[in-house]
Amino acid sequence: MAIEVRIPTILRTYTDGAKSVSGEGASLSELIDNLESAHPGLKDRLVEDGDLRRFVNVYVNDEDVRFTGGLETSLSDGDQVVVLPAVAGGA
Amino acid sequence: MLVIDRATYDAIVAHAKRDHPDEACGIVAGPEGSDRPERFVPMVNAAGSPTFYEFDSTELLALYKEMWDNDEEPVVIYHSHTATEAYPSRTDIGLASEPGAHYVLVSTAQTFSDEHGNNEGPVEFRSYRIVDGEVTEEEVSVVDSLPAPTG
Repeated sequence: MAIEVRIPTILRTYTDGAKSVSGEGASLSELIDNLESAHPGLKDRLVEDGDLRRFVNVYVNDEDVRFTGGLETSLSDGDQVVVLPAVAGGA
Repeated sequence: MLVIDRATYDAIVAHAKRDHPDEACGIVAGPEGSDRPERFVPMVNAAGSPTFYEFDSTELLALYKEMWDNDEEPVVIYHSHTATEAYPSRTDIGLASEPGAHYVLVSTAQTFSDEHGNNEGPVEFRSYRIVDGEVTEEEVSVVDSLPAPTG
């Protein structure tokens, strides 16, 4: 079961520069654990205290996973996952 | 150094003034690797706040997909400070995630006053690189139009 994951520029240090990688898992949480085994360090940039980091956006088939169950969002073969850091800041 | 054309520079300043006292934000996209800020894209500040900005997550995805389709990248990422100087805050530095981008900060703090409203004071316009928490200010060169692409 292969799921394509789009990696943002800032995290490509973990993927040898690859713009996308593939992984597997029945949920986002499983997918991230699977990616971590091939790309150590990646998980910590996405997850904090068992939840997605506040300023990291993850989309499954264009849906922000915050609206579809977060890390428990279920995945199936052929799903497209995109990781994008928030563009945010403030005075 | 950031080289930017007058029309784009003016559009960023106008956006910052329009959204004052909330922070304004957006990007200027350009061909990947070109360092040419060509396509001005103002964004909605989903935080709608005078002290914070954040691109709406759905619009953020749409923007990046459009850039990927066009082989573009964010050459400039801009936002305004409405009560403080045009220098990256600790939050700005912590959240900066495009090491290749010019981070433009515009300050409208001197442009408006409570007593007189719009007082036409100067808008500060400064540019920075933010890489691994390190901030480096750079020169801003405003030109009538961008030089022809090389290569």
